[in-house]
Amino acid sequence: MRPQSTLICAILLAVMLFASSCQQERKLPIYGLRDTKTVKNSDGTAGVDTIYQTIPAFKFLNQDSVYITNEHFKDKVYIADFFFTSCTSICPIMHRNLKMVSEKFKDNPDVMFLSHTIDFKYDTPSVLKKYAQKLGVDGPKWQFVYGPKDSVYTLAEKSYLVAVNVDSTNRDGYVHQGYLVLIDKDRRIRGAYDGTNPEQVAQLEKDIPVLLAEGKK
Amino acid sequence: MRKFILISLVSLTLISMFYSCQTAETVQKDAYYVNGRDLYIKHCQNCHGAKGEGLGALTPPLTDSVFMKANKEKLACIIKNGLSAPVTVHGQVYEGKMPEFNLANIDLAQVIVYITNAFGHQQGMYTNQQVENDLKNCK
Ligand code: HEC
Repeated sequence: MRPQSTLICAILLAVMLFASSCQQERKLPIYGLRDTKTVKNSDGTAGVDTIYQTIPAFKFLNQDSVYITNEHFKDKVYIADFFFTSCTSICPIMHRNLKMVSEKFKDNPDVMFLSHTIDFKYDTPSVLKKYAQKLGVDGPKWQFVYGPKDSVYTLAEKSYLVAVNVDSTNRDGYVHQGYLVLIDKDRRIRGAYDGTNPEQVAQLEKDIPVLLAEGKK
Repeated sequence: MRKFILISLVSLTLISMFYSCQTAETVQKDAYYVNGRDLYIKHCQNCHGAKGEGLGALTPPLTDSVFMKANKEKLACIIKNGLSAPVTVHGQVYEGKMPEFNLANIDLAQVIVYITNAFGHQQGMYTNQQVENDLKNCK
């Protein structure tokens, strides 16, 4: 090899190495309120830790009338939403889209789905069961849960940051936002996607593997 | 010779009249179809899907040509008044509930032209007059 081409090779190699070391892995943001806490480091000095907003403990009946708690989603990534079975506006679109997402991850046990009904009067577990069967997603991977108005509505607005409301002027009786909320293994909010918007749903599909990879390290 | 020219002229006029009539109807049908598609996207697509594919066993598809032909006179009533009686589409029984849509006759005609000519159907024009007649026979 002539010295000149050796030099070119060396430069090329250096550039490639530099470029690949520059490439940063994509990381999802952490949403919600945050707080700080003073902690004692192992060497006795004081340090500051960030406390992120997390989904608090919950307990709801699912479509099989079994109580579901956070334990169910331990070490999993999950997507939560709020809907009701007799909804004639956005819920069919949200669940049409979420069903497609669930099919993409059907073989991955680390991804789960959690749909809360906001119709505390009508959507009892047996109604949810029928709905899940008709949607074609009845199984342990996608939980449909029913709970008292207070706990579900507070959880929606304070923890998942999704607005839900009873509205007698609406023909369905309820109004709510159509967000699909992505929760990580530490119960933190890592994304919120409009479930009626195909581009945002596609983004959710891309973000789930990023979040799964994060847990692997 | 004069007779021949006369006959040809008359038949030519008749033929062109026939064709222009037909294109007038096609033009009207196309206009209804386009407006009907907008109405469909606004009112129906969330449940019945962009391709009329339905949603699981919750909402039936609109792709069953036999159903669409056999029930053409009932479509206006189904849309105007909603539907909760079980229906069989593509051999599957659906027991859901479709809400009522208080649409004007012209809108009903347009959306019906759309759903009976999209999704693989080709049933042609459906007029406001037909909507009016069909609505008289709602159960
Ligand atoms: C909230 C969801 C929803 C919306 C919105 C909706 N439908 Fe339906 N539709 C249904 C359900 C559910 C059924 C089956 C009802 C039953 O089982 O009795 C149905 C049945 C039908 C049928 C007869 C069965 C079939 O599939 O051919 C037609 C036709 C139809 N809908 C047309 C429309 C049109 C046109 C619109 C818009 C103007 C519309 N629907 C909007 C839910 C909906």
